[in-house]
Amino acid sequence: MNRILEVRGLSRIYGPGCPHCVDATGPEADTNRCPHCGSIVAIHDVSFDLFEGEILGVMGESGSGKSTVVKTLYFDQAPTGGEAVFFDGDTQHELFALNAARQRWLRNHRFGMVYQNPNLGLNFNISAGGNIAERLLMSDLMDYGAIRERAKTLLARTEVLLSRVDDLPKHFSGGMQQRVQIAKALATQPPLLFLDEVTTGLDLSVQARILDLILEIQQELKTAMVVVTHDLGVIRLLTGRAIVMKYGRVIETGLTDQILEDPRHAYTQRLVASAL
Amino acid sequence: MNAMPHTTRGSAYNFGFLDEYAKKEIRRAVLKAIAIPGYQVPYASREMPMGRGFGTGGLQLTLALIGPGEVVKVIDQGADDSVNAVNLRQFIEMTCPGIATTTKTAESTLIQSRHRIPEQPLTATQILVLQVPYPDPLVVVEPSEDKRKVMHGEADYSRLLVKLYEDIVQFDEITISHRYPTRINGHYVIDPSPIPRWDVPRLNDAAALTLFGAGREKKIYAVPPHTRAEPLAFSDVPFRVEDFRDAAGRRRACARCGCTDSFLDEFVGDAGSKTYQCSDSDWCDEQLLQAEHAQGEPA
Amino acid sequence: MSYVAIKGGGRAIAGAAAVTEYLRTEQGLDNPAAEPLAIDAILHQLRHLVDRVVSEGGVYHPQFAALAVKQSLGDTLEAAFALRAWRSTRPRLSATPPLDTSRMRLIRRISSAFKDIPGGQMLGPTPDYALRLLRLELMDESPEAFRAVARDWLENCPEADLPDSFPKVLDALRAEGLLPPLGAVRDEAPFDITREPLVFPVPRSAALSTLARAETGALLAIAYSNMRGYGDVHPTVAELRVGYLPVLLPHPVTGELTEAGEVLMTECEVVAMFEADDAGGKPMFTVGYGACFGHNEVKAIAMAILDRALQKGMQDGPENPSEDPEFVLLHVDGVDSMGFASHYKMPHYVTFQSDLDRLRTTRQKSGEPA
Repeated sequence: MNRILEVRGLSRIYGPGCPHCVDATGPEADTNRCPHCGSIVAIHDVSFDLFEGEILGVMGESGSGKSTVVKTLYFDQAPTGGEAVFFDGDTQHELFALNAARQRWLRNHRFGMVYQNPNLGLNFNISAGGNIAERLLMSDLMDYGAIRERAKTLLARTEVLLSRVDDLPKHFSGGMQQRVQIAKALATQPPLLFLDEVTTGLDLSVQARILDLILEIQQELKTAMVVVTHDLGVIRLLTGRAIVMKYGRVIETGLTDQILEDPRHAYTQRLVASAL
Repeated sequence: MNAMPHTTRGSAYNFGFLDEYAKKEIRRAVLKAIAIPGYQVPYASREMPMGRGFGTGGLQLTLALIGPGEVVKVIDQGADDSVNAVNLRQFIEMTCPGIATTTKTAESTLIQSRHRIPEQPLTATQILVLQVPYPDPLVVVEPSEDKRKVMHGEADYSRLLVKLYEDIVQFDEITISHRYPTRINGHYVIDPSPIPRWDVPRLNDAAALTLFGAGREKKIYAVPPHTRAEPLAFSDVPFRVEDFRDAAGRRRACARCGCTDSFLDEFVGDAGSKTYQCSDSDWCDEQLLQAEHAQGEPA
Repeated sequence: MSYVAIKGGGRAIAGAAAVTEYLRTEQGLDNPAAEPLAIDAILHQLRHLVDRVVSEGGVYHPQFAALAVKQSLGDTLEAAFALRAWRSTRPRLSATPPLDTSRMRLIRRISSAFKDIPGGQMLGPTPDYALRLLRLELMDESPEAFRAVARDWLENCPEADLPDSFPKVLDALRAEGLLPPLGAVRDEAPFDITREPLVFPVPRSAALSTLARAETGALLAIAYSNMRGYGDVHPTVAELRVGYLPVLLPHPVTGELTEAGEVLMTECEVVAMFEADDAGGKPMFTVGYGACFGHNEVKAIAMAILDRALQKGMQDGPENPSEDPEFVLLHVDGVDSMGFASHYKMPHYVTFQSDLDRLRTTRQKSGEPA
């Protein structure tokens, strides 16, 4: 299996930072706030690999830094340290060394993101079809008919009623908004997709259908995914491997089955026990 | 009431009204604008003695470029004799002694215009200055100038294109009538000023230099000679200029000169009847002259 | 067949000028007592009008400001505009160093932060506590009575009440370390908005100069939005002073600073809620600064509040329009905004023809089966 993403030593500190930030935070210190300078160490020294067609889970409670991991990789926020290499066929991209235009190109062409809050991923003032068109137009598809066909195909695939292709997503239900977001993320057939708490806050039945959809897409398109969630059910259903985070650090990593059946770290044990 | 002669008499002012430092700054901005086709160069726009929005940006360009021996033409809505054109021309005559003015496109060396490009193709020895109210085509999708600057830099015009997409979805047509966003030299998209779509193709590969001056918004940009100017469109929904066909599908003609390939103004008569005439008054006059010439008899 | 577009544009313009001039002089019709408004009368009796025009015109020339008021028939937007256009033709020959406003010869000076301040409160000329009752006796004021008022006042005025300079209220707070020191601000070369375009983000000096020549009403409206709740500056007026500031210019030969004259100006310093500094220093008050030519207290206060609001917006990102530098600085200039509002009166035949074409085509299409 080929690697698609290699992340090494990824860090993000909010605030001025000081020489004590790293030592004074983390699972042992039981905080992510540096007592010396007040900075928040959102993530520190996060490393992992992702392979083609694989789904990797990033789990943890709120404040663990799990969302920060995907937000830095998707260029929503710049990291304060660390590296990430994206392997795209024969090309390698050193993500954080690229200029802004190059980063935007990768975002638009090769990455996809589905946010917990559809407001972040969708423009609510343009139609569902327009949202998908925007992403296609970013990748220089300039044929109206082709854009429209592709938008309809994607919405059909994500089970959005075609009669609603020209409606504004702000009038859609939460589950349908997530489907439009997924369709938009998939528009350019990216080899790498980030999913940040995509089912949080949805009804259980809606959750189940969205998760099924993600699995089907992964099997059809062989898209590699990083799934961020606090929900062990989502981890169990979607992911083959997972990392567990607490106060910005990776405390456990391994095959999902192994982590859920036989957690080694005390924190993971509590997490798994509480979900049962 | 001429208590203060230097506020009313042109001779008390520097040639071209502006002081020479101001002119130099504008010329530097012009050079930069030509070097980076379509890029909006910020400049410290001066207050002129006419309202912001009445062509102060165009006027500053004209006054910074003008020299003795220049032949200037000023147009508003295609006509040399409309109120604002007269006003600007008088001001230029007053503050630039030694220059000549004309209404004839062919004779002019410097043309300042609002809302129209002359019908007659311009030559390499002419400069066209267009007055601009809104320099940035992205303002319809992004109000913050700071963010628009990044979008221009990265040639990120997808949100503008989505607007065209949404237009076609809703109306089966691109509804932008004038100020049609136009990509220059394959990168920057400009607002070509409120010229009708009819005039946009004239910017493409033009022999003359076209300069755009936005006085209130303090920007100068350019389409240099022989530069690509492509209106944004889809490959299967092409850009279209105004259509002057009647119900039977025939191209309307100018009621005065008979021209069938110029931009027309529509006039509504008392009885609701409509007539059409060339918007470009000099072009209309020239067509009449030629027709008379061909017939060999003065009318 | 004649051309239908507007003909005789030149004649129309001359006609409009003539009828405006008629309105200006109409009082003289069959009225031998009518006299043209003297520049001197405007300077003195309509002084706040002149104050607005020097401030919004961005050049301290009270005589020309009074002339501008006269020729624009009292329209402050037009008058400031004429003054600004005149200014465009003047080269910039020299620049003053930062002037020390503690040297102002004050006519008025108050602090709402302290009951007593070094040098004392000095109410000076203000309508603040006057009853806004129409003074009907002024309807028909006799020239003799008019001349007597000022003479009597001066005669009865003790010498000690005449203008003097006082220390600044903020200096005391600064000495206590409750305000940030001035040094850092002073070292920065000021941004000249008449020579450089605003490209955001802009330094505070660019914001201050833009606010200083802003239209009073526009500034007040945006500052008022902040006071009412679209913002949270909650200012205290530490000091408001009105007076004549000596202007120092380097001597053209020796380079030595020489007093070249004085300008009447209004200065307001507001103190707003304190904040802890990022470097872990002690919390301090923050200051908003307002200053403008002429006597215009509302403008100086509004400016001080907006200065504070914009500093917050520049630091933490704007949460309200009044904290957004682009929103505030690009919309407060009277010359820009009045010009643009006026330009809609100009012909737009060509663009409207273009609009008609789009609407007709669209309607035609929607009438047909797709």
